[in-house]
Amino acid sequence: MAAPSHLDRAHGPELAHQFEDPAQQREAGTLAMWTFLVTEIMFFGGLFAAYAIYRSLHPAAFEIGSHLLEVKFGATNTAVLIGSSLTMALAIHSAQTGKSKATVITFLLLTMLLGLVFIGVKLRFEWYHDYLEHIVPGFGFDYRSAWGANAPEVQMFMVFYFFMTGLHALHMVVGLGILTVLVIMTARGRFSPRYYAPLEISGLYWHFVDIIWIYLFPLLYLIGGRYSTGGH
Amino acid sequence: MSEHVVPVKTYAAVFVALLLLTGLTTGVAYIDLGVFNTVAALAIAVTKMLLVVLFFMHVKYSSGMTRIVIIAGIFWLAILIALTLADELTRGWTPSPGPWNPSVLLPFVSHLL
Amino acid sequence: MSTAVVDVHQTPPGSGVNYLNATYGIKSWLLTTDHKRIALLYLASITFMFFVGGAAAVLMRIHLIEPQGTLVQPETYNKLFSTHGIVMVFFFLIPSIPAVLGNFLVPMMIGARDLAFPRLNLLSWYLYITGALFLLYAILNGGIDTGWTFYTPYSTTFAHTHVIAAVLGIFINGFSSILTGLNFIVTIHKMRAPGMTWFRMPLFLWAIYATSVIFILGTPVVAITLFLVGLERIFHVGIFDPAVGGDPLLFQHLFWFYSHPAVYIMILPGMGVVSELIPCFSKKKIFGYSFIAFSSMAIAVLSFLVWGHHMFVTGQSIYAGLVFSVLSFLVAIPSAIKVFNWTATLHKGSISYDAPMLYALGFIGLFTMGGLTGLFLASLATDVHLNGTYFIVAHFHYIMVGGAVMAYLGGIHFWWPKITGRLYPDGWARFAALVIFVGFNLTFFPQFMLGYLGMPRRYAVYPPEFQVLNVMSSAGASILGVGYLIPLIYLVWSMRYGPIAGPNPWGAKGLEWQTPSPPPTENFEEIPVVTEEPYNYPGTAAVTRG
Repeated sequence: MAAPSHLDRAHGPELAHQFEDPAQQREAGTLAMWTFLVTEIMFFGGLFAAYAIYRSLHPAAFEIGSHLLEVKFGATNTAVLIGSSLTMALAIHSAQTGKSKATVITFLLLTMLLGLVFIGVKLRFEWYHDYLEHIVPGFGFDYRSAWGANAPEVQMFMVFYFFMTGLHALHMVVGLGILTVLVIMTARGRFSPRYYAPLEISGLYWHFVDIIWIYLFPLLYLIGGRYSTGGH
Repeated sequence: MSEHVVPVKTYAAVFVALLLLTGLTTGVAYIDLGVFNTVAALAIAVTKMLLVVLFFMHVKYSSGMTRIVIIAGIFWLAILIALTLADELTRGWTPSPGPWNPSVLLPFVSHLL
Repeated sequence: MSTAVVDVHQTPPGSGVNYLNATYGIKSWLLTTDHKRIALLYLASITFMFFVGGAAAVLMRIHLIEPQGTLVQPETYNKLFSTHGIVMVFFFLIPSIPAVLGNFLVPMMIGARDLAFPRLNLLSWYLYITGALFLLYAILNGGIDTGWTFYTPYSTTFAHTHVIAAVLGIFINGFSSILTGLNFIVTIHKMRAPGMTWFRMPLFLWAIYATSVIFILGTPVVAITLFLVGLERIFHVGIFDPAVGGDPLLFQHLFWFYSHPAVYIMILPGMGVVSELIPCFSKKKIFGYSFIAFSSMAIAVLSFLVWGHHMFVTGQSIYAGLVFSVLSFLVAIPSAIKVFNWTATLHKGSISYDAPMLYALGFIGLFTMGGLTGLFLASLATDVHLNGTYFIVAHFHYIMVGGAVMAYLGGIHFWWPKITGRLYPDGWARFAALVIFVGFNLTFFPQFMLGYLGMPRRYAVYPPEFQVLNVMSSAGASILGVGYLIPLIYLVWSMRYGPIAGPNPWGAKGLEWQTPSPPPTENFEEIPVVTEEPYNYPGTAAVTRG
């Protein structure tokens, strides 16, 4: 295998100086994103582990807490996020197959729109509503007499609910920032069927955030079934 | 890596499947299955994750390295949860300390037999 | 990026343009993306933190000269050991070898121009600095008294010190570790020079790779856990608080899930450094290359299965304790494999006792003692007696100081001529290595005895019968302190006045020695092609790869 001297080598516009060729750069980027997603698995994983343990210790309280949440919003948001994953995949597909800049941008904007809908539903119909209901821990949390001895653990469930969904929403906001950059890069004609690695790598991140929600939805909203209300 | 072009039809099929599974997991929650409510919810979530990972994230078409990285992440999360639960779920088994009496061993011996 | 290309063809090696003099000015350092310059930024910042943590240790040892304490109030003493632990663990030991030597050497050893993500690398340094500033703020504004372990519910509910700032500092610093580990993993996978197969890599790289795996898998868990502690403190919500059904032991599980592997983050790179030094100064091929390489990976995996041995006496289920005890014994196997292989490499080698080699030999002995005393602590019954005593303190200082710091200093002395292009005074360097070895043992060996006799750790006072051993320990600490100052002086001196080193003063193998000292900005004039096994030293004929 020949070892071309870097000094004799002309840089392509997208090729950073430390890489030999575009393939190496793209593979490095993809591996880096997957490795980063593993750290995200462990980051959320610490929370999932704590959740699993407390749920096994306090099943009744977690069920009461779960029934304070509205399934219809959770389910709607799940569908919204799945839709955004589809539009993200289609944006990458369009760049990959050489569709027009407008097509790629349309799909990216659709992805952003769905992401905003998700956050909007969370803020307006869920968190704000919870605040008015006094079930936000740390912000005038109100123990209800119906919860009886379970009340402190119900609060703990709500801590997990707000922290997990909050962290997830924070990741969505970061994702929206990345999508904004991608829209600008697309508009400037940076991508082609030969070079679309940033789109693909950002897509991995966006899908990962979707996967987190795929777990959060049943774990938080559907505990212990919905067939009875108010717990056992 | 993922030079492979996934047809739009595949994406659409995965999308529809994910929506159906969302409906299913919500629906199942309204049926009393006992502990299997949780099992069903987790099984459906894993299925949905696999669909997203394999098709949207192109892992079906990508190198073995990517798969190793993903499996390592999930495996380590399993270590964290399993070994922590190993303590939390067996803590109650510990007998309270009292004066020595060989008969405290009996339940353990009968366990072994 | 355009300034990075330097014409090294026109200049003879040793006198030409290199990474140090390619550009000038403070901005060229603070905005650099050159992995070698970032390594030096880390070197300066962790050295500073080392002396911050060291100052706390000195004050503690002065205080403990007399049974009733000579210097500070008990509350202040709590802050001193907490500061010492947090600074040394999170801001010195964890970044020490990976961020300084790893940053400098990983691209050079695999024959690459830089890490895969140079700007991410710079970001890692800024995250480290930001975290350190938060911690220094906490220290200067009254300190932290939770110990470096932040055990709940004390840290969440009862401590009246700057827990949140300290926790935030560690949280931010954690991302520095994660991004550094990510950078190394991708670089080692994707950037190796032609012919540099996995089994031609220097063992230092295997160790760094294994360390990076721990960074990636462990650090996020401690980050989220400390975040939960901060959250519980700020909003007064129950997470680990038993009053609301929380489990304080869950905190310990999540904390040690990272913090036990973190011990291997500190020692694995040290093992990598020693694996470089031993063959070079024995002029022999390393014995059992693949065993050492795989044992690094084995340690990375096993280290995640043993954390419960920190919790044998904290109320953990005895059944879980049994499992953790057995698993803890297992981790001794790969560590012992390494020690045997280093010793076998020394066998019939033509050994020269240069300063780096003195540190390496010191490492082997001290690490072995630290490791073997670890087996006492992995046994459930002995641990009940020894847990929470000075035996623990002595044990982990034999690993972290006798092991990790010795290896770090050995590595700095070995690669210093490559980093600066200058030699340091060899006599002083050997003298300092001996002073450190003597001072270290005098400081910490008495602590084994103190712990065995039952003196608890983390107390500001102690019964009078322990005074002799405590005075010995304090005397040793002052010798150790002097030992650490000597290298600081002559290494700084050598940067300006040291003799020119030349590309390879040790006659060492490895790609980093085949380029001028200091290296040019892009490391190699041409990307090298690797055609031989590592450690191809002259005395290798009879020994084949293990």
